[in-house]
Amino acid sequence: MSEHDITRAEHIEYVLRLADNVLILGQRISEWCGHAPVIEEDLALSNMALDLIGQSRLLLTHAGELEGKGRDEDQLAFLRVERDFRNVTLMEVPNEDFGRTTVRNFLFSAFQVLLWDKLSASTDRALAAIAAKSLKEARYHLNHSAEWVIRLGDGTALSQQKTQAALDYLWPYSAELFADSPVDAAAAAAGIGPAWSALEAEWEALVLPVLAEATLVVPARTPFKSFGKFGRHSEHMGHLLATMQYMQRTYPGAQW
Amino acid sequence: MYTQSLSIPDGEAKGPRKVENPDYLAEFNAKIDAGGFIEPKDWMPEAYRKTLIRQISQHAHSEIVGMLPEGNWITRAPSLKRKAILLAKVQDEGGHGLYLYAAAETLGVSRDELYEALLSGKAKYSSIFNYPTLNWADIGVIGWLVDGAAIMNQIPLCKCSYGPYARAMIRVCKEESFHQRQGYDLLLQMMKGTEEQREMVQDAVNRWWWPSIMMFGPHDKDSVHTDSARWGIKRISNDDLRQKFVDATVKQAEVLGVSLPDPALKWNEARGHYDFGAIDWDEFWSVVGGNGQCNVDRLAARQKAWDDGAWVREAAIAHAEKHSVRQQQAA
Repeated sequence: MSEHDITRAEHIEYVLRLADNVLILGQRISEWCGHAPVIEEDLALSNMALDLIGQSRLLLTHAGELEGKGRDEDQLAFLRVERDFRNVTLMEVPNEDFGRTTVRNFLFSAFQVLLWDKLSASTDRALAAIAAKSLKEARYHLNHSAEWVIRLGDGTALSQQKTQAALDYLWPYSAELFADSPVDAAAAAAGIGPAWSALEAEWEALVLPVLAEATLVVPARTPFKSFGKFGRHSEHMGHLLATMQYMQRTYPGAQW
Repeated sequence: MYTQSLSIPDGEAKGPRKVENPDYLAEFNAKIDAGGFIEPKDWMPEAYRKTLIRQISQHAHSEIVGMLPEGNWITRAPSLKRKAILLAKVQDEGGHGLYLYAAAETLGVSRDELYEALLSGKAKYSSIFNYPTLNWADIGVIGWLVDGAAIMNQIPLCKCSYGPYARAMIRVCKEESFHQRQGYDLLLQMMKGTEEQREMVQDAVNRWWWPSIMMFGPHDKDSVHTDSARWGIKRISNDDLRQKFVDATVKQAEVLGVSLPDPALKWNEARGHYDFGAIDWDEFWSVVGGNGQCNVDRLAARQKAWDDGAWVREAAIAHAEKHSVRQQQAA
């Protein structure tokens, strides 16, 4: 298989998905800064948001270069409209509470560890370099969030209930990570990166034992589907973008 | 961030006064006079310990409350680079809070006790954080002026007589200097930009200038006499620090191309310093007394984070206990 099996548009879309996932989750997590349950978590969540935003900058820059229309990281982050964002819906739903934030970070970090590991062998060498750097960060995020999932699930009756509610809410959105698409197939064929559906079994092997240790019940899969990575987002996305893009939209062309 | 040179009594401690041992006191005084450090295990007068707890905890509270006005702009930062810089800065402030609480804990109080004193309103924090951040340039101006004033206040603390506080301040000051440069850089960039950007910078400077120079606290002649100078906790007077700050800042404002909102500000050749106008101490005391624009919101935000996080902290304790019981059973 070679790069010819993937169109430029598909290649860009695959990279944008990676970029938008970390950008939108980074934006969500940054909302915690100054409001976490303990100072240590203020620092840890800020750190994770910083890592994700740092990853998004590299990925957006790379996507802009692939596109070749002169769009930089900020133009891609702040001047695209909702339907052009390719993050999964799981990234954009509100933080709600520390339980939901923690469970989301856990489910996503586990996915990212697997994905970055595969991407570090990408035929897209720039992407491989970003992946190698990001893998180290994702491993830390996974360890940290897994410890908290266990603490919260196997803590008090109240924390168990809240964490289970968080898992019940988020679990249906996690299915979208593994939904197949022509972009996945093309990326896999060209050796750019795996089809995300190919990671599902490994992801479950990583996630389920931690949830079990946390005494949480994994919900059954339902027919619910979300479509963020295809550009059809939840109602929450527009509000997130309204906040995030406010300055660039209000002062077009200004340099900051 | 962010001390203000104002140590506000938190109320008299109850209970019997400790009897002070004159021999220990002589040894303590000799160490201070020789410029040495007092360490947590050393004997110290009760009043010294209480003064330090109050000052270090007010400083820690200021860092934690100080995360809020700047945190207000994290989700709206105008570029990804600026978002990352701001997040890292606010995170640094949380870190400063953490190691200042740890420094206070070496004096025999717990972080929870100190934190509850903040939430109940019994303990104070720097009143600069009771002003709102209204436009993006506020982030740069806080770095330039507020962090700049804090650094002036804090550099002498790197040599203060209490070892853990002095060592914490060395790290804090290094990071604050970095924040100040980043703030100034943000403003330089905006001043090179559009008319609207320059207006934002001037608007922010107009609002933050006077509160910044109030951060040095009341004039020396109006300051309550304390033992802080004798104990080597406070080494330079409020007015001297303020003058040093004004002298340094006027030139930076010129380079930036903004005006400072004080018609009386002018170079005094005879003094070798800038003269500046009268500070509105009524406003200062009003804000310290709880009547600033954001006093209520800042404490409410801290209280909400504390209340919302209660179940998380309880879960962590409950899990740790379960874990230790299981380990004992397994042994």
